Amino acid sequence: MPIAIVKKRDRQVIREIKRHKSVYLLLIVPLVYYVIFKYVPIFNGQIAFKDYMALDGVLGSKWIGLTHFKTFISSYYFGELLRNTLMYSVGKLLFSLPLAIILAITIYECNRPHLRKIVQTLSYLPHFLSWVIMYGILLALLAPGDGVLNDIIKLFGGKPIDFLTNTNAFPWIVIFSDAWKEMGWSAIIFIAALMGIDPSLFEAALVEGANSWQRVRYITLPSIRPVILIVVLLRLGTILDAGFNQIFMLYSTPVLSVADIIDTWVYRQGLLEFQFGLATAVGLFKGVIGMFLILGSNKLVKRFGGNSLF
Amino acid sequence: MKKSLFKNKSGYRKVGTASVSIKPTAADHSFNVLVDVFLAVLLVIIAIPLWSTITLSFRPNDYIGNNLQGMFLAPWNWSTSAYKALLGNQGFILSFKNSFLILIGGVASALFLTIPLAYVLSIPSLPGRKYLNMLIIIPYVFNVGMIPSYLLVTNLGLIDKLAAVFLPGAISTYNCLIMRSFFEGIPNELKESARIDGATEIQVLMRVILPLSKAIIMTIGLFYGVSFWNDFFHAMLYLNSNSLQPLPILLRNILMASGMNEYVEVNAFGDAPIAAIKAASVFMSAIPMVIAYPFIQKYFTKGTLLGSVKG
Repeated sequence: MPIAIVKKRDRQVIREIKRHKSVYLLLIVPLVYYVIFKYVPIFNGQIAFKDYMALDGVLGSKWIGLTHFKTFISSYYFGELLRNTLMYSVGKLLFSLPLAIILAITIYECNRPHLRKIVQTLSYLPHFLSWVIMYGILLALLAPGDGVLNDIIKLFGGKPIDFLTNTNAFPWIVIFSDAWKEMGWSAIIFIAALMGIDPSLFEAALVEGANSWQRVRYITLPSIRPVILIVVLLRLGTILDAGFNQIFMLYSTPVLSVADIIDTWVYRQGLLEFQFGLATAVGLFKGVIGMFLILGSNKLVKRFGGNSLF
Repeated sequence: MKKSLFKNKSGYRKVGTASVSIKPTAADHSFNVLVDVFLAVLLVIIAIPLWSTITLSFRPNDYIGNNLQGMFLAPWNWSTSAYKALLGNQGFILSFKNSFLILIGGVASALFLTIPLAYVLSIPSLPGRKYLNMLIIIPYVFNVGMIPSYLLVTNLGLIDKLAAVFLPGAISTYNCLIMRSFFEGIPNELKESARIDGATEIQVLMRVILPLSKAIIMTIGLFYGVSFWNDFFHAMLYLNSNSLQPLPILLRNILMASGMNEYVEVNAFGDAPIAAIKAASVFMSAIPMVIAYPFIQKYFTKGTLLGSVKG
């Protein structure tokens, strides 16, 4: 490039920057926040490769290379944690996603405005409740001595089950309670997609003599297929997040073998047993895989014609 | 929602504006019945856990019978003793207050940080915008986990400060991106004309953008509010002092107490049944959300919000 053009371009950039002087002023506080609260933790992540000693601090501790990673990968809980994490995230996806789609379609197709309104209002509500509150609600429902579900079991002559400490029941409780809490919220995006369908498609189908089933099968479902695909891809991007808050509130020692996920393990190892280095290494391991998954899924979303988040 | 596109009053389906009416077939009827039944069953499934908790919280001390029967206990036999006990308890009032302080401090600082950032990122002509976006996205995509953040908050000396609960989450990248897309949708002419009149960027933000963005600010503010109100994890990590514990921590302690003697605070709650105390504290913790909920719902059901999230 000739020097004159480069100079001209640089002058333009400088002029643009000058023009936006006060904009950069607005950025100062948020950027300081970002550096402190988002980038210092990334910097602190180096203790994954260090024998962290609180007295020596992050910088002063000794480098030990990949020791923590090797410890984790060769330990017996590695497979268990990965299995549980994937079991919960995939299980939730397989169970709640079809439910959310069916909910969206039935809400859209329902001809009773009152029923539709009540279901919408009530099914979105649990999304705003915390898992502590959910735990309280589940206790009233599932407690072995006085839970409603066990009252029903006893009514039919069965033996009460302590759902939250039973290794067979626990995974189902996790998946069902997540579906109960989130299905309405996950349905919103599909409802929005349904409302975007061109009504003339339905009119044409009516004239051609299609009944309601055929309408759903040949118009509604194909119309929202891109949205379903995008939601699945985005969920696959966060497949290593199995729901820390939920598991943390619900699990207990008797169900640890089926309940422990990567995040809960990191919490216990790091903050209860003070194995900061090892716990950080596991968090970093998860973070790196998670990063590739998110970037990959976003690329695919873009390819399938969706607008990715970034 | 959907207008009655397919049905007129007589139950016949009308096609568009045409005057043809098509008689619903048996298949249509079975479909409609199935839709109604599905929604009704779902309604019951959603309602039962909520209802059982609410009725449990009003359980009188001398109640005989199980919880299943308790769900059908007539309201005039309900007792408010659990609520009286909670509201008369110092610890409960104190943690309610702490939760409110966290909520208000959190929402204020979150909006104070998120709005300018989202606005700056929405200016298309800004030099270096690409790099700024990357700066925002990198920590969002690459999550190093909880220990490095814990070390940060500890080193900042925020232990036993309420700010430790809301500062780490004061900018949610996701919320910031939603807000950015909204700001991008505001016509550029409005901003330009203000700039030509000599307004600085801060004035453009205050006088032009903010008045047009009440809905998104409300929504994002409420999203932040929900996350701060519900947070127990940060509070558990960073607040050791009993006098600082917010509602979710107290609630968790109450719920974890299996017997009367296990948790001292529960004993201090007087003569209501312990199960009722637990249920009542669940309900009380949820109440601010339930009150705020209709206002939030107004915004997110429009689909505008999720439309602007893009994906």
